[in-house]
Amino acid sequence: MSVAVRTTLTNDTVGDAAQPRPRRVIGAIVGNHPLGEHYFRLDVGAPADALAARPGQFFHLRCPPRGDQPAYLRRPMSLFAADPQGGRLSFLIKLVGKGTRALAGLGEGDQLDMVGPLGNGFTLPLQPRHLLLVGRGCGLATLFPLAKAGRALGARVTALVSLSRPASLAIEPLFAAEGTETLLVNDADGSSDPARVERLLKNLPPVDAAYSCGSNRLAALLAGLCKDWRIPGQVALEEPMACGLGACLGCVHPFREEGKTVYRRVCVEGPVFDLAKVHP
Amino acid sequence: MTDLRIRIGDLALANPVMPASGTFSPELAALIDFNRLGALVPKTFTRQIRQGNPEPRLAEVPGGMVASIGIPSKGLDYFLTETVPFYRRFAPPLIASISAETPAAFAELAGETAVEGVAAIELNLSCPNLEADGRAFAMVASTTEKTVAACVKAARCPIWAKLTPNVGDMTEIAKAAEQGGAQAVVVANGFLAMAIDAETFRPRVGNVMGGLTGPAPKPIILRFVYQCARAVSIPIIGCGGIATTEDTVEYMLAGAAAVQVGTATFVDPDAMTTIIDGLDAFCARKGIARVADLTGALILPGTAKAAEKEPVL
Repeated sequence: MSVAVRTTLTNDTVGDAAQPRPRRVIGAIVGNHPLGEHYFRLDVGAPADALAARPGQFFHLRCPPRGDQPAYLRRPMSLFAADPQGGRLSFLIKLVGKGTRALAGLGEGDQLDMVGPLGNGFTLPLQPRHLLLVGRGCGLATLFPLAKAGRALGARVTALVSLSRPASLAIEPLFAAEGTETLLVNDADGSSDPARVERLLKNLPPVDAAYSCGSNRLAALLAGLCKDWRIPGQVALEEPMACGLGACLGCVHPFREEGKTVYRRVCVEGPVFDLAKVHP
Repeated sequence: MTDLRIRIGDLALANPVMPASGTFSPELAALIDFNRLGALVPKTFTRQIRQGNPEPRLAEVPGGMVASIGIPSKGLDYFLTETVPFYRRFAPPLIASISAETPAAFAELAGETAVEGVAAIELNLSCPNLEADGRAFAMVASTTEKTVAACVKAARCPIWAKLTPNVGDMTEIAKAAEQGGAQAVVVANGFLAMAIDAETFRPRVGNVMGGLTGPAPKPIILRFVYQCARAVSIPIIGCGGIATTEDTVEYMLAGAAAVQVGTATFVDPDAMTTIIDGLDAFCARKGIARVADLTGALILPGTAKAAEKEPVL
């Protein structure tokens, strides 16, 4: 897994030569495992260039025809894990609708049609000491590969894991296996309340860079903390997507720039954006 | 090897398959060989920079999607300085798709768009005409003719008219485009449509209404192509839910000289090149030497041809 390493975090990786070119790949499913009540992990065989995907990049997955109303469009899924030795790419997928249900029905040996890697990945500081990941629900899948990347650079990594209920996604042991410290909060006991999360995060030792995905409220909260702490932050955005290649202009997110609303495509200008630009 | 070459007015194309405007971008070059396409048709642009419609812009529906994109545009200058040079790196002719708010503005933009490297201009006549109470240009025969004629006069290159399916009788509009001097009509664009989220009581696209594209409307557009082909003598470029070789053959049998592939590329980036290979194989299997022979070759009931045995090989 290659990671862009920068002294400053910007979203300037467009056209970066180190970023693998996307292509269409058909891989065979090697594993499909439930991970909590609402999530499953899909493991698929993939070639080296697909496995070079960076944390934050995504693949556009074709949903197998299933049932009487098949999903027409592909579904964008961010990289969850890449295992170059095993030649295996993994996605952590939340069961949401007919597309994800169709993907959940894939079994070992079935073929998965993927286009990728797409979009711009996260950037990491040159010599991070402490990285903070703040994610909720399926956004945790996008942040997860940053844990390994941060540890590989010798950083301490803390992940705030926010879920509706603790049983919905069993991701804490996976973070722990990557040497990441986790702060678990949920809606069921009220611990995911933003004010309580803010107190938790403010008690952390100094952080060099912070990353968010999966919750607008958490990203806004983290943007405020990054400002206070004078550290860079990035957020991976999610929008419904058609082509994933910048052609349809469908997956835009509005930004306020010089008093005007400007739409940027999440697929090619993102999905990773500067947190301060998304939550100024 | 089938002869895949076709003609659209003054233009000779290597094959009848090209992208539909709004579904094609430079990024796609990483996935398919643009040199294999019949023509290159980038996104519609306007003279001024436009931001487009508010998000969400997409709603998946059975067999397609409802999209309200709103023609975001980087403007004429960007088209001339960036888009034209980018696409001129490839062999197929570049077709510029333009839009404007009045017939005069259309003509002025067409004149400035007809630069070296632009082989033809496609008029996106599905946008609202400010001088016709906001109705789309191609909803009214007279404004269609007026706009096409003004663009033909202003631009030194062939003009194609892309029509809207949001009409009762498209043949009147196609005839008006032909009368105005269009070298081809593109049939058609997205159907004005809606999608509502029953849980939240809210429209699923930010602009409330959007255009339905994908396989869902294909049979209706196919019917429009059939009707228009009997009404005009200029070539028709079919556009609506084409995803496979069979779809393309159907459109050509109905009377299309060429096709544009749109939403299918979002699902299958190789859709166009797969269709080109498929047309070659299809014609070889059927003993058809020239793909152009498919155009209008529909066998109607009650004709002498229909009495013959099925010509299937």
